[in-house]
Amino acid sequence: MGWVFKFINSSIGKKFMMALTGSFLLIFLVIHLIGNLTLFFGADAFNAYVLTLDAIKPLIRIIEIVLLAAFVIHILNGTRLWISNKKAKGQRNQINGSPQNSDVFSRTMFLTGSIIFIFLVIHLGTFFWRFNVSDPMGFADEHQYYNMVVYFFNIWWYAVLYVIAMVLLGYHLNHGFQSAFQTFGWNHKKYTPWIKKIGTIYAIIMALGFAAMPLYFLLGGGN
Amino acid sequence: MEAKKLNLTLQIWRQKNSKSVGSFVEYKVQVSPDASFLEMLDEINNELEAKDQEAIHFESDCREGICGTCGLVINGRPHGPLQKIATCQLHMRNFKDGETIWVEPFRAKAFPVIKDLMVDRSGFDKILQAGGYVSVNTGGVPDANSIPIAKDQASLAMDAAACIGCGACVAACKNASAVLFVSAKVSQYALLPQGQPERYRRVERMVKVMDELGFGSCTNTYACEAECPKGISVSNIARMNREYVLAKVKSKEIVD
Ligand code: HEM
Ligand code: SF4
Ligand code: FES
Repeated sequence: MGWVFKFINSSIGKKFMMALTGSFLLIFLVIHLIGNLTLFFGADAFNAYVLTLDAIKPLIRIIEIVLLAAFVIHILNGTRLWISNKKAKGQRNQINGSPQNSDVFSRTMFLTGSIIFIFLVIHLGTFFWRFNVSDPMGFADEHQYYNMVVYFFNIWWYAVLYVIAMVLLGYHLNHGFQSAFQTFGWNHKKYTPWIKKIGTIYAIIMALGFAAMPLYFLLGGGN
Repeated sequence: MEAKKLNLTLQIWRQKNSKSVGSFVEYKVQVSPDASFLEMLDEINNELEAKDQEAIHFESDCREGICGTCGLVINGRPHGPLQKIATCQLHMRNFKDGETIWVEPFRAKAFPVIKDLMVDRSGFDKILQAGGYVSVNTGGVPDANSIPIAKDQASLAMDAAACIGCGACVAACKNASAVLFVSAKVSQYALLPQGQPERYRRVERMVKVMDELGFGSCTNTYACEAECPKGISVSNIARMNREYVLAKVKSKEIVD
């Protein structure tokens, strides 16, 4: 077993774990977005969706546990990676030439990730907690999930926070998508340009898709 | 007719030794646009020596882009603003009259500054000693071209072997990762039949030494490829990742 731990603690292994957990999260986002699109079809559609997930709770719980593990590993390992890389660089050059040799998405992965993390805590505290544990405002008890979403997205600063977080998520995904392929060793003259384009399209769809929900309700949609 | 000289302000990093704190020192120079960057530094050093002051320390050898010893960070870019050349191939005509140029050493924990612009890159030698070789049996001289190798395979190996070990990839990387260099070395052997006997052992050992020396982890910014004087492709890094994972999974030897 020792070799497994040695592998995941090596420089390449650390990245392999990021790519493994990151790609799982990439797939999760697609499913999460598709499910949440029911918000645009009104209260009945969305409430029915939430109740359907409720009906298959045991399965959902398993997925949630895997998801939690993926997030925890991704975040802790990402933080460790960032710290060890800072140490490896040490003193930096006074003149920063990096804008000329790399893109901003790749250089800000820990920053965008950290903001996504803050968003995640707020997001789970708002919706996951109220849906699953307790809702002091009583929406969840009456299965008024849709109204709860409308309530929060009508708070302007809350909606704006969501939109900002989703733009930064788009940054993270734009680099992360193609980066995971490279980490897994899949770089090919013919396919890599396509992977990069698909990653950018994926990132834009995810950012726009998730940001559309708070914007829709903030701008008076759904009434 | 000699071209009009350029007036330049140089801010050059001076540092007494690896322990001391360095700082920039300003030098005003008049230099021919035909001079190379290193020739300009030579001129400054001649003047400094004439005044009995200590010369600016920097490394160079071939001065034609093949040895990999020269390497400066010029205006924040390893080997300067142009692509696919080493510092010794950079000429002053690429700078504007009146410009201020910042000259710094390569930066990485694993490349400590020895003095001024000189850094200790012996870490690269240690990585090579760990696996950058092939075993050759003694005996009669084998016939040339007796092992068939596909042209495109040979070309990929040759592209990887073009690496001159200059370390600009490490300097360009915000994580001080050495993977472009190491992956070029791993690839040049992994792609050829001669490299097969040590295939897995090589990548495991070289990565192990790379990690022990304190080089960082690659985060795929691809800054290395952009600054590499030999245009080594990051597809080599993907190949090394693949080789490394395969080695970990398949190799019967446990490298710790
Ligand atoms: C839904 C959320 C997220 C998704 C889909 C996601 C996806 C990804 C992907 C695909 C990668 C690329 C892996 C690779 O380079 O091989 C990655 C890297 C990374 N992520 Fe995330 N991530 C998410 C959230 C987070 C969070 C909350 C953090 C918090 C710190 C974070 C920090 C990082 C870091 C530090 C890296 C490595 C950066 C690099 O190697 O350039 N991510 N992420
Ligand atoms: S990969 Fe390029 S930048 Fe890195 S050491 Fe080799 S030649 Fe220099
Ligand atoms: S001095 Fe040899 S590569 Fe520049």
